[in-house]
Amino acid sequence: MTKELFEVKTGLAEMLKGGVIMDVTTPEQAKIAEQAGAVAVMALERIPADIRRDGGIARASDPQMIKEIQKAVSIPVMAKCRIGHFAEAQILEALEIDYIDESEVLTPADEANHIWKHDFKTPFVCGATNLAEALRRIGEGAALIRTKGEPGTGNIVEAVRHMRTITTEMANLSILRTDELMAAAKNMGAPYHLVAQVAETGKLPVPNFSAGGIATPADASLMMQLGAETIFVGSGIFKSEDSEAMAKAIVQAATFYDKPEKLAEISEGLGKAMKGLDMVEIKPEDRMQDRGW
Amino acid sequence: MTVRPEYEELTIGVVALQGSFAKHAFSMGKLGIKCRAVREPEDLKLIDALILPGGESTAMTLLLEEEGLWEPMNEILETMPVFGTCAGAILLGQQIDDERVRCFNKIDYIAERNAYGRQIESFKTSLIIPSMLDHDFHAIFIRAPKFREIKPSVQSLAVFGADPVLMRQDNVLVASFHPELTEDPGIHKYFVDEIVLKSR
Repeated sequence: MTKELFEVKTGLAEMLKGGVIMDVTTPEQAKIAEQAGAVAVMALERIPADIRRDGGIARASDPQMIKEIQKAVSIPVMAKCRIGHFAEAQILEALEIDYIDESEVLTPADEANHIWKHDFKTPFVCGATNLAEALRRIGEGAALIRTKGEPGTGNIVEAVRHMRTITTEMANLSILRTDELMAAAKNMGAPYHLVAQVAETGKLPVPNFSAGGIATPADASLMMQLGAETIFVGSGIFKSEDSEAMAKAIVQAATFYDKPEKLAEISEGLGKAMKGLDMVEIKPEDRMQDRGW
Repeated sequence: MTVRPEYEELTIGVVALQGSFAKHAFSMGKLGIKCRAVREPEDLKLIDALILPGGESTAMTLLLEEEGLWEPMNEILETMPVFGTCAGAILLGQQIDDERVRCFNKIDYIAERNAYGRQIESFKTSLIIPSMLDHDFHAIFIRAPKFREIKPSVQSLAVFGADPVLMRQDNVLVASFHPELTEDPGIHKYFVDEIVLKSR
């Protein structure tokens, strides 16, 4: 793939910075998201909290539902395919989805291989729990990385863990000597050229967003202060008591993440946030963040 | 790098509600010019010129109105030099037929959003900008707009195919692509040298 195409792929992520990307399941929800100031929507059949509750196999969404959402809004529309399911990704590309999320929220289709994303003209976003995982996805062609967090929980603890891990691991690389980088790449299991690039620049070669458990304006602020450039909100909006108010508040929080007085104002009287799940309530085999590698 | 003395006195405001604002500040930084993030009305008092970055025009409209920035910006842009890219160029034009977006009517055209299509139609190309640069400019177009009903008061500085993609009207400079995403700060330099400094 040419460098030019990669710049066009990361370019759209640049335009989404400082914003909020919201999970929506209907054209009506998509309109609510757009009217609240979302910079993009993620079209899916069930939000992560419901996927978790219902069980069964979670697959890419019905093209008709995706098309209806594309018609309803003018902002970019993203959609999810299963990890390793390049045929679902090809279908999403044919639908002219603006960003494909190869997502652990859906049931993985391949436990060994992720999609070779360089083959696509459509940009991909992928989840990561640590730096090595992020660099493997970028090596496969991802143009945007997000923390995995633990989707559908309304619990920020895992997203915080993943963002802090990625940041610390980047800082650790930056103090290594050049002759130590190949060993670092070997130990991490990440492509050498990307390891060397992070060691030199101190940051990911693509934008770094956060997802998985964000449920309040304060959660959004926390992730932005920890280094996220944009926020994905899955179940946090449409599982809250007053979705419109919560959506609007999280949008404002992404802009004013570093202004506590403003955040206090924004957070006032929003009704109940989604109930959420403690990590101890989730069985190890139900942890979505452990899907993919 | 030696910074031109007249650059040192300048502060360029970059509307930093959402979008590629950090990239614009980085481009200006390459010239040694300092930027200030504009998120609240008070920020407008401390700047010599304004940049409206790329991003989503619907989200920017909402945040501009929510933060009480739209009215004071509209007023200050009667005279203050402004550079708008992509979504910024849409907002600076005449009101488009879409109530989700509120335009400032500072340059005489009507923008058509996402006119090339969705992200899959986004592209990179080389532009020739004879009045500005002695080299080609690598321009990245992301879900870019096109413009219609362009009045003679608007000067076209570069075209892609038949479409003007870089335009100027008095103190207003607009690009339908993203100069902030490329290494070359040539268009930012033109904005400062030919518009900001000459308007002082």
